[in-house]
Amino acid sequence: MNTLIITLLCLLPSLTLASEVGYPLDKAPVDVADQASLQRGAKYFVNYCMGCHSLQYERYNRMGRDLGLSDEQVRKNLMFNSDAKVGETMKIGMPPKDAKKWFGAAPPDLSVIARSRGSDYLYTYLRTFYLDPKRPWGVNNAAFPAVGMPHVLWELQGWQEPVYKAAGEGEGGGGGKEEINGFKVVKAGSMTPPEFDAAMADLVNFLTYVSEPMKLERQRIGVWVLAFLVLAFAVFYPLKKEYWKDVH
Amino acid sequence: MANTQGTTGLRGWIDERFPLTQLWREHLGEYFAPPNFNFFYIFGVLSLVVLINQLLTGLWLTMNYKPAADLAFGSVESIMRDVRWGWLIRYMHSTGASAFFIVVYLHMFRALLYGSYKKPRELVWLVGMLIFLCLMAESFFGYLLPWGQMSYWGAQVIISLFGAIPGIGDDLTLWIRGDYVVSDATLNRFFALHVMAIPIALLGLVVAHVIALHHVGSNNPEGVEIKKYTDEKGKPLDGIPFHPYYTVKDIVGIIVFLFFAAFVIFFWPDGGGYFLEHPNFEPADPLRTPPHIAPVWYFTPYYAILRAIPDKLLGVIAMGGSIVLLFFLPWLDRCPVKSIRYRGASWKVALTLFAIAFLILGYCGSQPPNTTLTMLSRIFAVVYFGFFLLMPFYTSIEKTKPVPDRVGHQTVVIHGAGESKSAVAFGEVDKARMQSQ
Repeated sequence: MNTLIITLLCLLPSLTLASEVGYPLDKAPVDVADQASLQRGAKYFVNYCMGCHSLQYERYNRMGRDLGLSDEQVRKNLMFNSDAKVGETMKIGMPPKDAKKWFGAAPPDLSVIARSRGSDYLYTYLRTFYLDPKRPWGVNNAAFPAVGMPHVLWELQGWQEPVYKAAGEGEGGGGGKEEINGFKVVKAGSMTPPEFDAAMADLVNFLTYVSEPMKLERQRIGVWVLAFLVLAFAVFYPLKKEYWKDVH
Repeated sequence: MANTQGTTGLRGWIDERFPLTQLWREHLGEYFAPPNFNFFYIFGVLSLVVLINQLLTGLWLTMNYKPAADLAFGSVESIMRDVRWGWLIRYMHSTGASAFFIVVYLHMFRALLYGSYKKPRELVWLVGMLIFLCLMAESFFGYLLPWGQMSYWGAQVIISLFGAIPGIGDDLTLWIRGDYVVSDATLNRFFALHVMAIPIALLGLVVAHVIALHHVGSNNPEGVEIKKYTDEKGKPLDGIPFHPYYTVKDIVGIIVFLFFAAFVIFFWPDGGGYFLEHPNFEPADPLRTPPHIAPVWYFTPYYAILRAIPDKLLGVIAMGGSIVLLFFLPWLDRCPVKSIRYRGASWKVALTLFAIAFLILGYCGSQPPNTTLTMLSRIFAVVYFGFFLLMPFYTSIEKTKPVPDRVGHQTVVIHGAGESKSAVAFGEVDKARMQSQ
């Protein structure tokens, strides 16, 4: 029977291997405990994203509390809608019907986008817009082919063109489809590439925080719960031993 | 008087009117269990722990959840953010769902290892199988409630399976959904079934499961019946009272289980995308099918069997059959020996192959289909069905080892008495303590 269990355990690693296709994702340097990074991310979000994307499940004051900002600071720096109250959720004014007409699809709410798509995807997506005259907004995206969103961050990143893999290098050839290998900047933005990467890391970090604002709290409490269970084990295991002394 | 327990005071008053002491004795204080339960025997009590967790966390989730198509997704996020401790309750419930299947699968595997489904425990097994069916229904209904993309399309796919039934298929799916697609009406009825109908059925069946078990007594890793050798009062010589022995032991097991459960709840609530699936953080969109629809991990073995068969109706029949066959296990297995310790090589090989097939089918069902995986699913679906359908043959020619008459050489030392006494002494000490009659 032990051999049976060992055989089954050996099979487990094969279960965790999942196959991924498409543009390789860069690892997002996420650290939701870094409040300075989250504050910068929030700044980018309200300035560049929130024209079209809401965070309809996140409240302004909750964000402020978690980011180490007072309600007053949030009101002054992160709220552009003078009618909104600080306890409200971060909604936008753009009607979804119009948005659909303008962009082909209404820009999604981003409250839990980091949980559905993953931080690495967002980090890659935000940095891989490239010039493509065939698309309505003149840009395409490596992580999200035929994307409906314009390159909103062009003034920071500038414009870039894709560098393709040499023919035959990509697997299978893909029937004339070229594989993107990297990018070259054709018109510089206000940020250098490393600065832009750092800014996007902050933005992704913020979106990761918003997707699960209680993450730090749950980990903090979790340590105590596990410690309590270890203590409970230390009490009840000897009790069990004491009772079972009788049974041989 | 109705009081046959010889109790006095408040307890005596109750015993005259309600069999409190009798219930306590029959199910805990004088329920005699074999002393040699191993690791695999914790999963029964753990499934009870998880059931209670699901009922309590579910109750509190219900207080804040809104079963309406335009509100459901948002109300779950509101539970996660605005409800005090809502995130904890929700993670306990979502982790509990996966934990339920982990402990129940191990509980069922234990029955296979030690022959716990065999005479006289056929009804324990059958009631257990009904519990398993209810559990699958419960998780299927519950999985629609967060109203994410995977909730929606998973329900769409599974309900459409009923459409394969000739003649009544289309009407049946319409009747289940209450609409032409999965919609608000579907969500509402699934909510009712999830929080009312199935939990009541589950509770009733769990009570029946325990009553049936305590009527025939527990099996053990040796697969011998402790009731075969009893003292003059009918108490098994090799039995030890469930309380306090197994209550203190189970508490330790529960603490260890809670440690793992708490680790997932507090540090890994997504379970790597298996416990909470990533696409389910996108609200349900009836107009956009996700590229890859997979059921939650605990349904994937059956889903792999469904996909392995090109014909839809045959696939549905095979998938149903893969569950139905489990009901017949007590009669398919012709070998009189219960425990794998004394069974022949053919059974050991068959059970190993079955366990491997179950895991590989589970993997295949969780992945987007391709030709390799379909071939793999077909091969292991044959192994899965072979395990059951060939069982009457390979178990009737099995070469078994001699089974011991009693569980080891268990004797019970009464603490402080300074000498070894047989288990018979136990009943007497117990009786003396109760100062009866």
